[in-house]
Amino acid sequence: MLIKKPADIQPSEITPEGVYFNRRQFMLGSAGLLLSGETLAALASKKSPLSTSDKPNSLKDISSYNNYYEFGTDKSEPAMYAGSLKTRPWNVVVDGEVGKPRSFGIEELLKQPLEERIYRLRCVEGWSMVIPWIGFPLSSLLKQVAPNSRAKYVAFETLQRPSEMPGQRSRVLDWPYREGLRMDEAMHPLTILAVGLYNDVLPNQNGAPIRLVVPWKYGFKSIKSIVRIHLQEQMPATSWNMANAHEYGFYSNVNPEVDHPRWSQASERRIGEFLKRKTLMFNGYGDQVAGLYRGMDLRKNF
Amino acid sequence: MTTLRMKNPAAARQPARFNWLKIAVFVLCLLPLARAAWIVLSGAAVNPVEFITRSTGTWTLSFLLITLAISPLRQLSGWSWPLRLRRMLGLYAFFYGCLHLTTYVWLDQFFDWPGMLHDIAKRPFITVGFAAMLLMTPLAITSTQGWMRRLKRNWGKLHQLVYPVALLGVLHYWWLVKKDLTQPMLYASVLAVLLGWRLLRKLRHKA
Repeated sequence: MLIKKPADIQPSEITPEGVYFNRRQFMLGSAGLLLSGETLAALASKKSPLSTSDKPNSLKDISSYNNYYEFGTDKSEPAMYAGSLKTRPWNVVVDGEVGKPRSFGIEELLKQPLEERIYRLRCVEGWSMVIPWIGFPLSSLLKQVAPNSRAKYVAFETLQRPSEMPGQRSRVLDWPYREGLRMDEAMHPLTILAVGLYNDVLPNQNGAPIRLVVPWKYGFKSIKSIVRIHLQEQMPATSWNMANAHEYGFYSNVNPEVDHPRWSQASERRIGEFLKRKTLMFNGYGDQVAGLYRGMDLRKNF
Repeated sequence: MTTLRMKNPAAARQPARFNWLKIAVFVLCLLPLARAAWIVLSGAAVNPVEFITRSTGTWTLSFLLITLAISPLRQLSGWSWPLRLRRMLGLYAFFYGCLHLTTYVWLDQFFDWPGMLHDIAKRPFITVGFAAMLLMTPLAITSTQGWMRRLKRNWGKLHQLVYPVALLGVLHYWWLVKKDLTQPMLYASVLAVLLGWRLLRKLRHKA
């Protein structure tokens, strides 16, 4: 090209005027998939035997009904406002009790061998979906930084950027959003970092460009838009536990026998279904993960 | 309501003329229901049951507050016509409350009676919501001219139940939200103003 563009403006930052003025409608219609600029390249992935055979929810359902308080507390708000989030450049710092702390650029993370993992997602509010994530095991990332013997827990942090995350301008939660896993949970083969869904990169409202997915825990454990992963000896503080320790524990495993203090967790409404279905222990992943909690009182460690 | 009127001799004696104001407000009050139906039927709600529950719940509260705003409005403006709408507005609060309760019983719990009894006993936000509906029922039943005459001065006393109903309704909303109290606080503030106004007037009358 003869005329050079200024180098400091990323193509992803430029939104066509027409799209900008119709952004809400656009976000609803296209589920925000096209806004990050890179999205025309579909993500290649391998099928996984760890996928469920349940029928996945539609992309529209998955990308228009989200709990992502950084963009508002109403579940329709993330789809309306997450378009403002710039997901490039993006780095994930992995440090703490590790031999080789380092930062990973999102381009490098997208080049990991990707798998499609169709997982059930159970929200602590009592609804559920089935989502065809694209991602890679968290363990494969953690192995690259060589955790040492003091690495007992993994702490995660979401981006804090109120200029692009309007919800962070209110103090509904103590920002940045924080989550954590025990080391064995983090290394479990079901635990993935997702970078896409439905063969494409993640819509912003679903936690672009990279998020955690832990399918046997309530959805809020699966932290979105991660910028930091810190390995440590102490159990990390987690956002919902900090907000209300009485209602949200560190483990937050899906458990139909332990009710939320204000509502029952025995059943759930699968989005798209009329009748509620029974909630399964560990969201149906008990065969794979029950061993992690052997001997623990799950009523106490909720 | 029209049928109740027809049976009522006092009302029947009134000249049979259209009351355009009442008809307009009657239709206007159905718009929230029409809007909700349209959103659900067009498939725009991802979780329709949750949407219907929320929508009918907030409209119940809104109609309660609108009903409670009638007296202050009359006192401030000197207009008497708002008073003629009060019964209808109160009945609409009950109507949306019934839809709300029906959604819970049918669409949410699917007639799981033991489950619902458990909810009412164990979950404070459901306990107070259910109590509010129970207390609203006699008010709806005794809203006719006939009951007004039969109960005489007790009618006014009975209908003071609308205050605890509104308080319980706001508490119901307050206790059910996960974290963001903005909406419940909005309803609570309006209710505080409406009740505060009454308290002030009472104190001033005494003084």
